[in-house]
Amino acid sequence: MRLVILDNYDLASEWAAKYICNRIIQFKPGKDRYFTLGLPTGSTPLGCYKKLIEYHKNGDLSFKYVKTFNMDEYVGLPRNHPESYHSYMWNNFFKHIDIDPNNAHILDGNASDLQAECDAFEKKIEEAGGIDLFVGGIGPDGHIAFNEPGSSLVSRTRLKTLAMDTILANAKYFDGDLSKVPTMALTVGVGTVMDAREVMILITGAHKAFALYKAIEEGVNHMWTVSAFQQHPRTIFVCDEDATLELRVKTVKYFKGLMHVHNKLVDPLYSMKEEN
Amino acid sequence: MPPHKIGTEAQIVQFTNCRILRGHELIWEDLWIREGRILDPEKLFFEEKKSADVKKDCEGHILAPGFIDVQINGGFGVDFSLTHEDISAGVALVAKNLLAYGVTSFCPTLVTSPPDVYHKVLPQITVRNGSSKGAGVLGAHVEGPFISHEKRGAHPDSHLRTFEGDAFQELLKTYGSLDNIAIITLAPELKRSHEVIKELTSRGVCVSVGHSVSHLKEAEEAVRNGARFITHLFNAMLPFHHRDPGIVGLLTSDQIAPEQQVFFGMIADGIHTHPAALRIAHRAHPKGLVLVTDALPALGLGNGRHTLGQQEIEVDGLRCCVAGTNTLCGSVASLDTCVRHFLQATGCSVETALEAATLHPAQLLGIEKQKGTLDFGSDADFVVLDDSLNVKATYIAGDLVWKDKTFSH
Repeated sequence: MRLVILDNYDLASEWAAKYICNRIIQFKPGKDRYFTLGLPTGSTPLGCYKKLIEYHKNGDLSFKYVKTFNMDEYVGLPRNHPESYHSYMWNNFFKHIDIDPNNAHILDGNASDLQAECDAFEKKIEEAGGIDLFVGGIGPDGHIAFNEPGSSLVSRTRLKTLAMDTILANAKYFDGDLSKVPTMALTVGVGTVMDAREVMILITGAHKAFALYKAIEEGVNHMWTVSAFQQHPRTIFVCDEDATLELRVKTVKYFKGLMHVHNKLVDPLYSMKEEN
Repeated sequence: MPPHKIGTEAQIVQFTNCRILRGHELIWEDLWIREGRILDPEKLFFEEKKSADVKKDCEGHILAPGFIDVQINGGFGVDFSLTHEDISAGVALVAKNLLAYGVTSFCPTLVTSPPDVYHKVLPQITVRNGSSKGAGVLGAHVEGPFISHEKRGAHPDSHLRTFEGDAFQELLKTYGSLDNIAIITLAPELKRSHEVIKELTSRGVCVSVGHSVSHLKEAEEAVRNGARFITHLFNAMLPFHHRDPGIVGLLTSDQIAPEQQVFFGMIADGIHTHPAALRIAHRAHPKGLVLVTDALPALGLGNGRHTLGQQEIEVDGLRCCVAGTNTLCGSVASLDTCVRHFLQATGCSVETALEAATLHPAQLLGIEKQKGTLDFGSDADFVVLDDSLNVKATYIAGDLVWKDKTFSH
């Protein structure tokens, strides 16, 4: 496991974006060679998306040969609802980049047969050759995607009932009205993310500090589903100083001492201009 | 375009690098167009899984809905109220020339005329969408002849009429047909006008009060019966008085149901309405303000002496006087000039200034689902403006119909 610690949210977002950018370019994607990227929603990745958009606008990065798979979507929320993850992805990422709409995959929370939709999603990932890099965020309770505490660590894409904590936290996006908050979601499983060749988890803010501690300093535990990635051969946690508040000094010092090594992953930042 | 062409095959154009007026705000957002209408790109992306065929860089300019002028008597030498002219050709000429002012639809306006003029002229003012040939025609605005003798302004006294007997039939006989009429300006104090207002409203004609000595009570009654517009506020009506505010009082009346929105026309050329009066009206009822030009046939002719009708007139900038006198004889300000003046005179937001020439006139006519906004599904009639609101280009149904020399599209 790699743990990359940056001074603040903006730097953590930029580091993550640079890493994604370099990974895509190094892959040398093309017509018969698509890079597959798993994507999260929520407030944490916003800064990372902004940077990726910037690279695209500057002509350094194209998503023409990138396929994306989103982690989750609410059930029963209209696609065009401002809080749907379709709307989120459109407004915060897709509308700004050059991805082919046929290559952007998000679970349909309004499908008539929800389990069939989930199975089809798994199949599409498989047909795309698996995920090269799955980017994720976590909740304060350590959930990855909507794999709430207690989710099986070998789970696949499926329908999940949301934890009351999550519903309460989401109420602010639905006029503070609990009855309007979706109570179910479709989500990739922990196992689905584990199958990715590489996983990058973004964790920022003091409110996620305990979850980061549970994720990396305690054992693998289905009550903190993100801890499963201790057993993934290529996992990289990108966090800010605030998120390290619950970690041991020894842990932080060790990984900070490795920053000069980790920074080689993002420096130099590649550009497609040079590739061509 | 062949009629069998289906939506999914048509070209999709994406205007990028622009601020668009949407939801009462200027936002950095792309504008997507297909088949002459504004497209929801998110729906296109997720449901049709399509991207744009063509991208057009707007160089950071503002994209606003096309301007709508609901009161314009003529321009470029054409007078819509003169029967010796070929009115069809005249309307077409004005429509073409209005494109340079960002006007994408308008209501050709007729002053008080004898019935035979209406019978001859109105059938030639056919309602039609705009195109590269010119701005769209939303229907005629007929001012008079059912107006006040005292407040007739320049309207000929001999042709004024009142409602007698079967009032509505009288009106039908006068105009010949309501088919091409969008707005009728009448004086609500005329006997039996209320039944006429009700009938016109039920037939979808917009009734405007104006050229009138109506007191507030009569004006409120008119609004309760369906009237929704005030013709050139302050002009040709009783002056505002604090014990009887007259028609002007409609702006702050509490005798009108809240859902019954009253709009009012303003000639914001800096000459016909004092900036202070403009500010009073704007601050009292900002959502009802509709900019109109009330333009004369001399609009667009430029400075100098022109012969119009029987009169020799002299145009100097926005002032238009009877030649050799200081007597104002009408407005020659274009609508984009009025938008800029309104913005500068009231210190309102750019959004507010633009909506007074777009959203508000569309709401007045009940066509805000098609015109006057850049909402999804609306007609792609829009203008490209610089930060000072100078028109750089005009589009109708997604097609470029006019552009400034300096603009690159």
